[in-house]
Amino acid sequence: MKLNIIFCLLMTISCIGQPKGGKLKGKVRIDGSSTVYPITEAIAEEYRSIAAKVKVNIGVSGTGGGFKKFSAGEIDINNASRKIKDKEANLALENKVSYVELPVAYDGLTVVINPKNTWATNMTSAELKKIWDKDSKVKNWSDIREAWPKRAIKLYGPGTDSGTFDYFSKAINGESGRSRANYTKSEDDNVLVKGVAGNVDAMGYFGFAYYKENQETLTAVTINGVAPTMDTINKGVYKPLSRPIYIYVNKNSYKRAEVKSFVDFYLNIAKKIVEEVGYIPLPDEMYKKGLKSF
Amino acid sequence: MNRNLQTKCIGFGIKFLLGACASFTVATTIGIVVVLFSETSEFFSQVPLFDFLFGLSWEPLLEPKSFGVLPLVSGTLLIMLGSGLIAIPIGLLTAVYLSEYAKHRTRAFIKPILEILAGIPTIVYGYFALTFITPMLKQIIPSIDVFNALSGAIVVGIMILPMVSSLCDDAFSGVPKSLKMGGYALGATSFEVICQIIMPASASRILAAFILALSRAIGETMAVTLAAGATPHFTLNPLESIQTMTAYIVQVSLGDTPAGGIEYLTCFAVASLLFFITLVMNILGQRIIHGIGKKGGQNS
Amino acid sequence: MNKIKRRKRTEKIFLWASRLLSWSTILILVVLMAHILIEGTHYLSAGFLNNFPSRFAAKAGMKAGIWGSFWLMVMTTLISVPVGIASALFLEEYGIKGKIGKIIEVNVSNLAGVPSIVYGLLGLTVFVRYADFDRSLLSGALTLSLLILPVIIVASREAIKAVPNTIRYAAYALGAHKHQVIFGHVLPVALAGILTGVILALSRAIGETAPLIIIGALAYVSFTPESPMDEFSVMPIQIYNWAGRPKAEFHQLAASGIIVLLCLMLTMNLIAVIIRHKSSKRMNL
Repeated sequence: MKLNIIFCLLMTISCIGQPKGGKLKGKVRIDGSSTVYPITEAIAEEYRSIAAKVKVNIGVSGTGGGFKKFSAGEIDINNASRKIKDKEANLALENKVSYVELPVAYDGLTVVINPKNTWATNMTSAELKKIWDKDSKVKNWSDIREAWPKRAIKLYGPGTDSGTFDYFSKAINGESGRSRANYTKSEDDNVLVKGVAGNVDAMGYFGFAYYKENQETLTAVTINGVAPTMDTINKGVYKPLSRPIYIYVNKNSYKRAEVKSFVDFYLNIAKKIVEEVGYIPLPDEMYKKGLKSF
Repeated sequence: MNRNLQTKCIGFGIKFLLGACASFTVATTIGIVVVLFSETSEFFSQVPLFDFLFGLSWEPLLEPKSFGVLPLVSGTLLIMLGSGLIAIPIGLLTAVYLSEYAKHRTRAFIKPILEILAGIPTIVYGYFALTFITPMLKQIIPSIDVFNALSGAIVVGIMILPMVSSLCDDAFSGVPKSLKMGGYALGATSFEVICQIIMPASASRILAAFILALSRAIGETMAVTLAAGATPHFTLNPLESIQTMTAYIVQVSLGDTPAGGIEYLTCFAVASLLFFITLVMNILGQRIIHGIGKKGGQNS
Repeated sequence: MNKIKRRKRTEKIFLWASRLLSWSTILILVVLMAHILIEGTHYLSAGFLNNFPSRFAAKAGMKAGIWGSFWLMVMTTLISVPVGIASALFLEEYGIKGKIGKIIEVNVSNLAGVPSIVYGLLGLTVFVRYADFDRSLLSGALTLSLLILPVIIVASREAIKAVPNTIRYAAYALGAHKHQVIFGHVLPVALAGILTGVILALSRAIGETAPLIIIGALAYVSFTPESPMDEFSVMPIQIYNWAGRPKAEFHQLAASGIIVLLCLMLTMNLIAVIIRHKSSKRMNL
């Protein structure tokens, strides 16, 4: 008797917890880049208002980590801040995972320093290479330019699973994955933001949106005379750190109604959301082209 | 006759069922050991044991790779020592106060407070370290890093303080009253009774209390992950950003590392070391407590 | 004379030092609570309890975490409590003599001291990967059950030990078999103490974060779980997510989440205290 009452109570409680609105059901599994995450998160939030019963969950394993799962068919969409590597593409082929690459925004990878850092506001990519290259012997700011303070640089950056890491190392050091080893690594860009904002001698790099979101506590470094802004990134003037960012969609998953609905919604609303989040939206035709690639 | 046999069968069945449940704990231990051991031995097939245990540089992913666990151990050590410096004096003196000086009402008031402090989840302490302790420290020591070991050590100290206090309290109550009364009868002050009679008599149990509390501090995860940093770094400077063994394991898992890669294996190697250290400390602590129980009985 | 004065002085200093430090624990608790309340009341509202996480702090809520924690606790209870009580009954009533019994006892107290993160790795390997339950409620519940099982066993054993032997002997004297004595007489009397221990163990489990992060519960989750195989999020993880963000408003959200979590734990602990109080009244044997 008591057991029955408890059971009924639990069932009733569970009904209270259920979402209302929208007929579509199912799961959409997403993982990958922390750079692209804010866009996907925002869109998933908006998506709830038209399809509340669809369960979207988004992991942040890094572009590389996400691709490992994507190529194994474990997730439907991978947030990627770089293109898929050959190794990953081959693995996908082996696992019979066919996919579509959809660019969703432009990002200007931003190198940041602490607002109290008044000396290093302008750097060249050669100087950046000197700091970040493999086997770099740079320890103090004065090792780069003699006039700079003789204090140790505290470096913050993404780890090896991050697409941002891959892209930065390729653009600055010449080879993807080639980087100095002794810096504070985190796949969580928020940790990097906090680290740089909290230390006068700190320097870090991550996607533009994270800089824009935290402008009051960070300073963006001007690279080769060009500062990262919506304009310079859009026009491709901010070099070499402007890049497109993507989502990769599993074609098989797209056949499921909830995934199709989500991806279509994504591309339709991307322009507005991308801008709101802090990245640079692509021209309309590119989003329309994306919709047709299935 | 039949009924009796039936009952006996049920009895046997129940005994078997209950026994099976009890063996679950044994299965858990075996599970932990097997899981840790298998992945760790895989790790050591790729990395020499000496390099792991004595290397000063922890860089498992980027070239030049090195797998010296000492930076992580030093991070854990910093937290353990720092939290001990806070928890042990306060915990010990609180136990002294509660058992020797405090009125019954005071004791009834402070004890629940300690239990509440003990029951607060570690994530809350991590939040407290990040949003209150670190900014406060920055005001006192401006050169301190935003992630630093001191902040983590302070909150872990607060966390294990109730444990030190209650275990010391138990230790003190284990001292035979006759010894205490004898001291007072000779005209000793409370301070002298405590320092020269009670503490020496319960010394081993107090030591065990410290060991168990410090073992808990070593296993602490969330507070140090939020507050102490992600920089594996062999240092004894509490003002710097460090990384503990537990925080490293969390960091690797945030990336949800798939099975097999060297990063995944490092996770288990570090966990094995952690498990080993806490196990030794726990066994030592329990041994001392239970060993003394027998001795105390013989003495009085 | 001088020496006595000195000794008295040392006594006084010592007394004041220990008094100060003891009362400072209250100060610590007060500061902690005040800080959380000050930070957390801003975003605390009915909306907070009913919304899913959002990038806008004003719209964000803990719904996914609250329901995730709820279902996780239900499942953990269903798994760990029967096994825990059964183990305690076995160890206390049947017992295994000699070395094996000692080993099991030592085993249980050691398991209680293993860092929770090791349980997370165990759960990851056995439940998520090997049994292929993936990042589901089931994996989480099984892992947490292993974690709190030693706690439940120890607490239950204390409660069972406290049952006066007179009850057992009386039952045997009337011809009852062992299992009838246990389930008909010992267990009902020990139940209050067992329940108290169980509730305290669960209130600890509800605050656990690290093992669940290892299992993979860290993803953005904007739904309430509907089946044991669904992904989930729990309150401590949502708090961790918010606390990790650099903006101050998310720190306030984290504080609001902490208030909700602590209220829940407080309620559970109060229930345990009430049960303990009521049963001690009844048990005036």
